[in-house]
Amino acid sequence: MTSLLIQYLKPHKWVLVLISFLLLVQVVSNLYLPNLNADIINQGVITGDIGYILKSGAIMLGISLILGISAITAVYFSARTSMRLGRDIRADVFRRVQSLSLAQMHEIGVPSLITRNTNDVQQIQQLVMTGLTMMILAPITAVGAILMAVREDAQLSLLLVVIVPMMLLVIGWMVVKAIPLFQVMQIKIDRVNQVLRENLTGIRVVRAFNRTHSEEARFDIANDDLTDTSLKVNRIFALILPVLLLIMNLSSVAVLWFGGHLVAAGSMPIGNLTAFLAYIAQILFSVMMAVMTLMMVPRAAASSDRINQVLNTAPSITDVDHAAGPVGESAGRVELRSVQYQYPGALDPVLHTISVTFEPGTTNAIIGGTGSGKTTLINLLPRLLEATAGQVLIAGQDVRQLPQEELWSHFGLVPQKAFLFSGTIASNLRFGRPEATESQMWRALEIAQAADFVRALPEGLASTVDQGGANFSGGQRQRLAIARALVREPAIYIFDDSFSALDYATDSRLRAALRQHVADATVIIVAQRISSITNADQIVVMDFGAVVGVGTHEALLADCQTYREIADSQAEVAAS
Amino acid sequence: MTPSNQSSAHSSTSSPPPVRMNERPMGPRGPMAGMVPSAEKAKDFRGSLKRFSPRLRPERAVAIVVLLVGAVSVFLTVLGPKLLGNATNVIFSGIISSRIPAGVTQAQAIARLRSTGLTTQADMLSAMTLTPGQGVDFTALGHDLAVVVVVYFAASVLSWVQNYLMAGVTQRTMYRLRTEVDVKLGRLPLSYFDATSRGDLLSRVTNDIDNISMTLQQTLTQLVTAVLTVVGVLCMMLWISWQLALISVLTVPASFGVTMLIAKRSKPHFVDQWKWTGKLNGHVEEMFSGHELVRVYGHRQAAIREFDDANAQMAEHSFRAQFISGIIQPALMLISNLNYVAIAVIGGLRVASGSMSLGDVQAFIQYSRQFTMPINQIASVANLLQSGAASAERVFELLDAEDEIPDPLHAEKLNDVSGRISFENVSFRYLQDKPLIENLNLQVVPGQTVAIVGPTGAGKTTLVNLLMRFYEVQEGRILIDGIDSTAATRADVRHCFGMVLQDTWLFEGSIYDNIAYGADNATAADIEGAARASFAEHFIRTLPDGFSTKLTELGENISAGERQLLTIARAFLANPSVLILDEATSSVDTRTEVLIQKAMAELRRGRTSFVIAHRLSTIRNADVILVMKSGTIVEQGTHDELIALGGYYRTLYLSQFEASPVENADDSVS
Repeated sequence: MTSLLIQYLKPHKWVLVLISFLLLVQVVSNLYLPNLNADIINQGVITGDIGYILKSGAIMLGISLILGISAITAVYFSARTSMRLGRDIRADVFRRVQSLSLAQMHEIGVPSLITRNTNDVQQIQQLVMTGLTMMILAPITAVGAILMAVREDAQLSLLLVVIVPMMLLVIGWMVVKAIPLFQVMQIKIDRVNQVLRENLTGIRVVRAFNRTHSEEARFDIANDDLTDTSLKVNRIFALILPVLLLIMNLSSVAVLWFGGHLVAAGSMPIGNLTAFLAYIAQILFSVMMAVMTLMMVPRAAASSDRINQVLNTAPSITDVDHAAGPVGESAGRVELRSVQYQYPGALDPVLHTISVTFEPGTTNAIIGGTGSGKTTLINLLPRLLEATAGQVLIAGQDVRQLPQEELWSHFGLVPQKAFLFSGTIASNLRFGRPEATESQMWRALEIAQAADFVRALPEGLASTVDQGGANFSGGQRQRLAIARALVREPAIYIFDDSFSALDYATDSRLRAALRQHVADATVIIVAQRISSITNADQIVVMDFGAVVGVGTHEALLADCQTYREIADSQAEVAAS
Repeated sequence: MTPSNQSSAHSSTSSPPPVRMNERPMGPRGPMAGMVPSAEKAKDFRGSLKRFSPRLRPERAVAIVVLLVGAVSVFLTVLGPKLLGNATNVIFSGIISSRIPAGVTQAQAIARLRSTGLTTQADMLSAMTLTPGQGVDFTALGHDLAVVVVVYFAASVLSWVQNYLMAGVTQRTMYRLRTEVDVKLGRLPLSYFDATSRGDLLSRVTNDIDNISMTLQQTLTQLVTAVLTVVGVLCMMLWISWQLALISVLTVPASFGVTMLIAKRSKPHFVDQWKWTGKLNGHVEEMFSGHELVRVYGHRQAAIREFDDANAQMAEHSFRAQFISGIIQPALMLISNLNYVAIAVIGGLRVASGSMSLGDVQAFIQYSRQFTMPINQIASVANLLQSGAASAERVFELLDAEDEIPDPLHAEKLNDVSGRISFENVSFRYLQDKPLIENLNLQVVPGQTVAIVGPTGAGKTTLVNLLMRFYEVQEGRILIDGIDSTAATRADVRHCFGMVLQDTWLFEGSIYDNIAYGADNATAADIEGAARASFAEHFIRTLPDGFSTKLTELGENISAGERQLLTIARAFLANPSVLILDEATSSVDTRTEVLIQKAMAELRRGRTSFVIAHRLSTIRNADVILVMKSGTIVEQGTHDELIALGGYYRTLYLSQFEASPVENADDSVS
């Protein structure tokens, strides 16, 4: 955590110096007040010097004002610094994630990356905010108060040698005992929530199997468990505050007893007793403050570890220094030469020695069972994943030699999960081509068989799309995602099982329209069902990461064993 | 000023960030509580408080003890400074006494001072009890301090007892509330779950309950102690000097006034802060989830620009909000210091003039510090209470939802059902003005297959809902073996059915547990048999721990097709008379799908089945086909009848026919 903080606090180092100075002013004034109060008693009250009392009072007033102003200025700078620090870390994390490859994204996981970019940064920001005030303030106050106490009377301050370690002992005990319990409690809370979540998501199954009561029993166990742990944690806390208060109160008693002797012996003025009591209170207060901020540290440290992991991940796919120029007209030709792909850390490659060519103006299908490597294969084409061996060529150029932005501009990708962005239908359609005109968008919608339902919406292209496209049905989302690719008019289309939510009639109309309107482009379709690809110019059959057949439907039926098996199985299903 | 008034201004300084709801502070919030932004404000604060109090009733006896113990503890704590002040007086008078030569009386000493013009000192001395010539009376001092030690010790022990008991009160109350909610979830009709967003519901049963628990834990003891302390300290201050007390009391409205003024100014910035936080988080979520799209569609620079914009806005508004609300603390500190100065000066003057003792001034300074702290505490507790009340409100909304109609008292028994199902004039609609199923009549003989066909979103699951009594028919009736299904218990009705839906549901546990979900007494052999019959055994055997393999929550560590096989095995084991099946669509790979089809065919043998059908073969071989379109049943009959009818089914059939040459080829063979 320290390295992250140092790195991001560096640009603010002079502000930090200023904040420290302001806090010092605050502490000194705060400590000077009891001192002045002692003077009032020693020199004003005892001698009956009313003028002195009033004069000291005026000084106290002035110091209070200085204290107030410096505190407010410190808040200003610490708020500004911590918010800027948060902003900068967030921006760096976001940029870094944007440059990670798909494999790297999946390694950490998208939900986790989101949390890292938002909540985790917030944790750090919060820690810095309180840290810049409380955490610096606490030790300065403690040290200052101890110094002042020693100055008031060195002998009496020997009491601190007993008090301070005692408080630290209590706090240490709490940290050792309570923090692990907190972690356990968090696990128990998660467990209760998990049971509830499972119950909610499976409500139909739970009821269908009449399991409501046994689910209640399962919940009860988790609930009991959580209650036990919470009780333990809270009972520890029940003890801490009274003990700290007792230490502090007994210290006051000790001050009066030992101080009384010193005063009687004439080695200490009586006003210092009052001041001493005030110092003890300030020491205790600062220790408690420090404890409270310390409680934030373990969480922030965990957050900063997660952030560092992202920031320290170097993008695995980058542009070469002397990238090749634009590939021009014939961008649609895609060629794979002995391509292999192996996930980082995996024992075996998921794709081995794949060699296949997709020509412009053709429709190509990829078929095969789960885990046969279809989606991995298509992710290699726009270099979302990078082949671990062999070459992927676009228009004869190795994809690694092309600038990524240039490479991507030739692709229209429709992923398995039809993902829409919040905004409007138009903003989604323009996602890959900001300058697209309305007529271009309508044309794409027509081909994607989405024009009818978009037209039926009161606001047409300007209709709102909720996050994830939640206000559209699965079929509508798929068609909009297809239209988004069409608007781009790219040289290469990739449809990864993109027609699954469409009904039969819409599916066949869409395929017909595609054949007609994107005749020049290279179309690559990942399919599950043979019936949907019989018209393809080239079918690539995959099994366990290898290409086991390439050809037309008829040719493959004749000489590809795997293809025949798939065809038979689907026919068998249909016949059963 | 009531806590709710005051807190409404306070809580507005920290409107809810949606993300915050998921965060949990490491532990019970201490004095820093006021700095943690709380959740939203309750609509009806009093109402939710009133509704919550009965839930504390079982703890009444303990609560009274807690209150009494707390009161005594506070009383003793409050007594402390006054007793310490007495000790100081003993020392002070001892010092003064030692300066007066022995033999001279106090009166003589005062007279001498007056004659030398030291009138102030004379006044001071006249208010004291002096024993001239003698130093500090350590016996008296020791006695006084011993009393203080006992008092403080007792106060701390009682405070510990109070906290200890209170932890039990809150944890037991939360245990009961969680149970209450869980039981309620079991009684709510399915329509409630369908109408409420799952995320919202989850948030109520998890985040909101956590929040209530947190609030309860931190507020109750603090509130009681703080209020008692304020009252106690006020009494002590008035007792010592009503003039000084008046000054200290003045700081209360001053503090509240300043807090409210600042809070009011920071509120719009907090609103903006959370607005931009929400925007930023939404943007991050979308751009990360759609990572490959953002890249391939060349949207990266635009995404970064949009991010930077939202990020800058958020940082700016957060800064303003944090700064303005951050002024509150120093401002309150300033007020409390001004109070300190005033007391030091005025107190000093009064001691000098003999109208007050030094010990009392010292005690008063301690009291005035003790006075401002609980007031700040009440403010932050009130803030927390608001947030807790808002959560309680959301939980109560859930608890208030209407239950399912209870089962009839003398329910008909459904034993050894043969599987004869009849719909008699059944009508149903989800919304009053949108008729769905009107006057449906259908006779299903045991062993028959009913295929339900239609495009996505045609409402095929409505029939499932009615059969399983997830929803109740509004007119007509559904008979199972001649018995009206509403005359039987829901448990009995559901026991007749086995359900395999596409939306599979598995829970965290072994494969054994998941298959045995429908049958409590199943042996390992039964479970393995069911897995074999449903063609799931093979893939289970290939898993690292076979049948004992732990599935993750929602079974995400096996494929969609394998999940489906497991739910079929589950249905096998339950051995129902009637089946409800949902055939898989394309998200399952072809090989697994063959297994699923085989398993489903096996399962259907000899059982009445309702199949949401996607395969032509299933449809063609069905005894009855129900054709659904936009929620209603438009046609009903056998395949041949419906083709002859030339209606919607025919169109559907032909479009499928056109798109599926393979099945077409197969068609001509069979």
